[in-house]
Amino acid sequence: MQEFLQQLVGGLAIGGIFASLALALVLIYNAMGLVNFAQGEMAMLATFVAYALVSQGMSYWIAFPVTLVLAFAGGIGVQRLVIKPVERAPILTLVIITLGLATLVNGLAGFIWGYVPRSFPSPFSSDSVDLVGVFVSYRDLGVIAVSGIVLLAVYLLLQRTTVGLTLRAAAHHPEASRLLGVHVSWMLALGWGLASAVGAVSGIMVAPILLLEPNMMQSIIIYAFAAAVLGGIESPPGAVVGGLIVGVTINLAGAYLPFVGGDLQLAVGLAIIIGVLILKPNGLFGRAAVRRV
Amino acid sequence: MNLQRIRMAPPRYWLVGVVVLFLIGFPTVISSFLASEWAQALILAIAIMGLNILVGYSGQLSLGHGAFMALGAYISAILAHHYKVDYLLTIPIAGLATGLVGFLFGIPALRLSPLYLALATFALAVVTPSLIKRPAGLTGGVQGIGVVQPDPPGAVSNIFSTITGTAMTSDQWIYYVSLFCALVLFWVAWNIVRHRPGRAMRAIRDGEVAAAASGVNVRGFKTLAFGLSAFYGGVAGSLYGLSTGFVSPDTFPVSLSIQLLVGAVVGGLASIPGPLAGAIFAYFLPIESSQWVPNQSWIPAQIAATVKNAGPAVSYGVILIVIMIFAPNGLVGLARSGYSLLNRRLRGATDRETGQMPPDPQTV
Repeated sequence: MQEFLQQLVGGLAIGGIFASLALALVLIYNAMGLVNFAQGEMAMLATFVAYALVSQGMSYWIAFPVTLVLAFAGGIGVQRLVIKPVERAPILTLVIITLGLATLVNGLAGFIWGYVPRSFPSPFSSDSVDLVGVFVSYRDLGVIAVSGIVLLAVYLLLQRTTVGLTLRAAAHHPEASRLLGVHVSWMLALGWGLASAVGAVSGIMVAPILLLEPNMMQSIIIYAFAAAVLGGIESPPGAVVGGLIVGVTINLAGAYLPFVGGDLQLAVGLAIIIGVLILKPNGLFGRAAVRRV
Repeated sequence: MNLQRIRMAPPRYWLVGVVVLFLIGFPTVISSFLASEWAQALILAIAIMGLNILVGYSGQLSLGHGAFMALGAYISAILAHHYKVDYLLTIPIAGLATGLVGFLFGIPALRLSPLYLALATFALAVVTPSLIKRPAGLTGGVQGIGVVQPDPPGAVSNIFSTITGTAMTSDQWIYYVSLFCALVLFWVAWNIVRHRPGRAMRAIRDGEVAAAASGVNVRGFKTLAFGLSAFYGGVAGSLYGLSTGFVSPDTFPVSLSIQLLVGAVVGGLASIPGPLAGAIFAYFLPIESSQWVPNQSWIPAQIAATVKNAGPAVSYGVILIVIMIFAPNGLVGLARSGYSLLNRRLRGATDRETGQMPPDPQTV
């Protein structure tokens, strides 16, 4: 029972990381109906930036927000430079472009920093604390706390501020928003920046666990896809719940299902994606899609 | 004016003839090693043609076509290794079995929007290597399975050695096997896309509701496209194992699926010559960018070193983005619009005298 609870907490911690990346996917999906295949690679690049800052001697807690700001600016830059010219193109074109972006960013990181895995500092010690009989590492608790704060901040931004309201309006009713004086195209850019920053959190949180290298996010993005699809790809709370469920599921499956083990955890992610898409394509929190003929 | 003939411009048979003769004669003048590289480019062309049928003609986006190649390669390797079947015989078996799997995969894919399909197939491509490793007794686990490359049959070898004066290597024989498969499969694809199934697929791609209203069996043709495309992938995978001499999980990484997509997009979606051009491009770009570019004196050393180190990933990414933004119809589209521009210029001059308007440019 105790081991089960420990696996559960570990699953929640890794699930919080998936939730951040899934939330980034949802933000861009809501803004323009697109799944950004480059989200994981952008987060990886941001993590390398944080690594560079920390190894220059900057303190972790300063490097962290600085990286988020840089990621935010980078996300806006990507939207202006690459996505804006094809905003109205068919979805196929957009998906291929984000894949190109993913390949490009991956190659760029490999070119600058190489493919040797590096250890990434974690501000939390790996000691454990006894929480009513369950030993939980500070690192897991810290990851859960940071993810929770970020998700809460995004929620407050979207629901309680004028910027959030404008963002949502531009995403849901671009025409009406334009008539009311909202600069829709810049709101899309803002959405990309926000997604990029939220995704960067997941990269920085996962790097101490996985070791930092250009292909680090390749499996995480699959879990984030699973989380976003499970939660309903247009629902921010769904991404969070989906992320936590996926995290707990793969942790428990890896620990208790002998045929899954460590090496087929990724296949569990694939199974969740395909299962949800076939059985309940709108996910847990999504609305049924209404198609205009 | 015969508009019909302008719209359905006949393929330029002489060009096809030149390309085919070139591909047949090429290995007699290049080294055996180069022939094996060209064989792999042709094999990629087959897989890209499969992807092109699916993405270009039926409008379903698959990002995991490397998985179908892996399946075909492993079916062939397992049949040849465990059951001692002649490898060349396993190629059609692998193609058909993979095609069947693709057909079955196409049924749940019907329910998915294009975006979700892209997502699911991408996840499949990422998971494929770890799925292959698991049944280690059958697939050889991480090591994979060795494939014995066949010696060329006597008759073919004799003809080859009378022309070139040297004995035919198995690499050269594999080149001709690949070329034969590529020619047959390109011919089949050409016949499919300009007849009823091709028209149906294009109608579905351009408007599913309109196609259904016109009596097109949408579900049937979408799954057919998936099956066909997987068949091409399976044959290509089987040939791929033959030409590399082994199959292992790392032969089929995600980057292979990306490479296929790059080839399809660069060559030009929904065209028959596109996959060949795209395959040659996608196959030789990474090789040449690490070998040819650094040895060119006219390219500044700094740029050459950057190209070499940044590797294929950066150039692939940049090319995908640039092509999608500026030339969504790929190399073939560029060539076509260049040709029709030239044509219009020339014809526009004469038409000014007769007072006739030049005909509409050809629509794709």
